[in-house]
Amino acid sequence: MPKVRGAVDINKERCKGCDLCVVACPCDVLSLQPKEVNDRGYHFAFTVEPDKCIGCAACATVCPDGCITVYRAVEK
Amino acid sequence: MTIEEIKQNGTVVACKPRLLNDNNMHYCPGCSHGVVHRILAEIIDEMHLDDNIIGVAPVGCAVFAYNYIDIDWIEAAHGRAPAVATAAHRLNPDRVVFTYQGDGDLAAIGTAEAIHAANRGENITIIFINNGIYGMTGGQMAPTTLEGMKTSTTPYGRRVDLNGYPLKISDLFAQLDGTCYVTRQSVHTPAAVRKAKKAIAQAFRNSIEKRGTSVIEIVSTCNSGWKMSAAQSNKWMEENMFPHYPMGDLKNTVK
Repeated sequence: MPKVRGAVDINKERCKGCDLCVVACPCDVLSLQPKEVNDRGYHFAFTVEPDKCIGCAACATVCPDGCITVYRAVEK
Repeated sequence: MTIEEIKQNGTVVACKPRLLNDNNMHYCPGCSHGVVHRILAEIIDEMHLDDNIIGVAPVGCAVFAYNYIDIDWIEAAHGRAPAVATAAHRLNPDRVVFTYQGDGDLAAIGTAEAIHAANRGENITIIFINNGIYGMTGGQMAPTTLEGMKTSTTPYGRRVDLNGYPLKISDLFAQLDGTCYVTRQSVHTPAAVRKAKKAIAQAFRNSIEKRGTSVIEIVSTCNSGWKMSAAQSNKWMEENMFPHYPMGDLKNTVK
């Protein structure tokens, strides 16, 4: 059965670390950086478990700053 | 399939809209304004309106909206966006004109302009961000502040005997003959964002077809003003704002 796989790219300099994508993600792919910050001092989001992504784009739909690019591919 | 292969061979299902430019938004982390800006940029791009639309920015948190979406904007005096939009649309009848206002701008100082523009049935779209507080000036009480809600000017909660009742201004708009579409939406979950996007697209179509004024109220969060995290304020909004400001269409004459 073909499996839908996804991948997310986060523009870490634009991210403000609001946590909304982390809450919206149904597969717990995203998390906020616990220590590292970007140039503006925010704990930006990153993919903690990238292999779990299904490409549903829920994170990008709720992102207030448009930092997230979502790719989707079907694995044969 | 590795993550790199998915990025190279897969389709892009979501990205930053073309019309949202690279300026970092000044909004607080998690502010609903950012989401509404993003969906506006997406809709304008999808409807190919980018050369044919005029936005009127308010005074309030969204005062710098013209820095973020790459379309024509006018900055109006406080509360006067519907009056400016009236002129912009009457002088450019082939353009789609929308105002983007907060609750301080539309429901407090600009009530007269907004009500009369809607009552004249001007073919404009009013996008109204209702977060129940004056966000830009430091979290003071707005007309839409809920009963018992703590703000910096009502530190013991809003009292109706002293401060009056929360104003449901969209219900007033729905009573007017000039409005064709009045709806209340929210942008706190992916499903709500998609519904709000459809509502704004419908409002722009109403403007193109010259059916009258469309009002989109977006019940939003102000996590800095409410003194919560973004996720907490979304939950607080669901529990407290939605019972007073129920979601859905208040008026839709376009079937």
